[in-house]
Amino acid sequence: MTDPVWISDILAAARPQAIAALLRQFRDLDVAEEAFQEACLRALKAWPKNGPPRDAASWLIMVGRNVAIDGIRKQARFKPMPEDAAISDLSDAEAPLAEQLDHADYHDDILRLLFVCCHPDLPQTQQIALALRIVSGLSVAQIARAFLVSEDAMEQRITRAKRKVAAAQVPFEAPGAIERSERLAAVLAMVYLIFNEGYTHDVAEHGAKALLCEEAIRLARLLLRLYPAEPEVMALTALLLLQHARAEARFDASGQVVLLEQQDRALWDQRRIIEGRALIDKALRHGRPGPYQVQAAIAALHASANSAGETDWAQIGLLYGTLERMQPSPVVTLNRAVAVAKVQGPEAALTLIEPLAAQLNGYFYFHGARGAFLKDLGRSAEARAAFDRAIALARSPIEAAHIRQQIDSLAG
Amino acid sequence: MKYAILCYHDEKVTCAWSKEQDDAVMAKLSVVTSKLEKQGKLGPVARLLPTTAATTLRKDRDPPLIVDGPFAETKEQLLGFYVVDCANLDEVLGIAKDLAAANPGGAYEIRPIGMLSPGAASS
Repeated sequence: MTDPVWISDILAAARPQAIAALLRQFRDLDVAEEAFQEACLRALKAWPKNGPPRDAASWLIMVGRNVAIDGIRKQARFKPMPEDAAISDLSDAEAPLAEQLDHADYHDDILRLLFVCCHPDLPQTQQIALALRIVSGLSVAQIARAFLVSEDAMEQRITRAKRKVAAAQVPFEAPGAIERSERLAAVLAMVYLIFNEGYTHDVAEHGAKALLCEEAIRLARLLLRLYPAEPEVMALTALLLLQHARAEARFDASGQVVLLEQQDRALWDQRRIIEGRALIDKALRHGRPGPYQVQAAIAALHASANSAGETDWAQIGLLYGTLERMQPSPVVTLNRAVAVAKVQGPEAALTLIEPLAAQLNGYFYFHGARGAFLKDLGRSAEARAAFDRAIALARSPIEAAHIRQQIDSLAG
Repeated sequence: MKYAILCYHDEKVTCAWSKEQDDAVMAKLSVVTSKLEKQGKLGPVARLLPTTAATTLRKDRDPPLIVDGPFAETKEQLLGFYVVDCANLDEVLGIAKDLAAANPGGAYEIRPIGMLSPGAASS
């Protein structure tokens, strides 16, 4: 009766909660993962016959827990495994029990699972790979493709990450309020990293990369269900939706990057934009500003402009100013300068970025933007020098090609 | 008689659909709805954003309390509705079965409509 594709959708949706609960029980990522895998295999056998249980996650936690306990007993040569039927026959009737056991800890469980993945001892690339493997359940092959590395290399990266996490011993007690909010901040940053890993690419090798953006949005929504009243969680989800809304317009037919100003706005995904705007709207009502809210507000302003010319650059400039105060960074100042150039002209923008030269000397966008400001001021020779520097720093032929177009348009 | 067909599904599942999966389901549903439209039986149709975008105003106190999130935490969430004009419940159930074949999983709740105002806000 039930289509197996359907079952795999249900299993994927239940995965974070189930693995998180199993991790709390057994305090070992490998045990939790294997128990979940085994529970999924049993679900694939049992559900087509009886239909999926109403609460799939509780079913999987219950079955996975029994499987893992059996495994541990077997290892310890305790007593023989119980009849398989005793486990796989679990029906909906047992679900409320499992729910009672787990529901109270559900939020902290999932947060802990995500937090384990973004443990500060792990380099960022390992954090992302671990989260995608454990929480999202992507295959090693899928993750390897997204990172453009071999499967063996990715397998090793994930194994190393798991070993470090095990050694780091994240505490399993329910976290206090301060610790909870620190964990949440770290997890939000990791979700944004996953998104950027998928977003920051300049050839249309979509498939593997776009998958990361989708997963990041799924994780953001998961966090939003856990913390429905946290404005920064709303805002991060909004930010990802608003940025991902432009996915279809970011590359032309030949796979070349199309810059925001030149994008065909009819290709923007309106449903994602509407959802993003609804979320940032909700977030701002709380009157507890934060960096994701500012970034999402900027993205929302871009998304609501019907054409590049209608963009509210004055407001965007103010928002970048706010972001600068919250998270001072030369890159944010550079972004503010781009908005300032649109409103006050290139002279003001140039004055703003000149002090950043030392810090951003190795940064492609700095020289690209500086060249554009100089060009608009008619200082062609200096503009050319800046563009040459940008080309030397370009990380891809496409970035270089965009700058060459700028050089070609220089007078003389 | 007008009925609302309220669509319930686990949004964790539907939100995880790829664009291709989502488009495929919407295409199958539009086969059903365009038939109803031709027969003049289809009223407004709405697809709601996930409950994570919801805000609830509890009016059992004064001043009302505004809370983020849906009114009720449930395993399946109200994700949209169809309004149909049918002779009787059997006919509505037939339509719901057609919709279910196009979009399996979850449940439809069929509720007779007591009053329906077309409203003035355009799409």
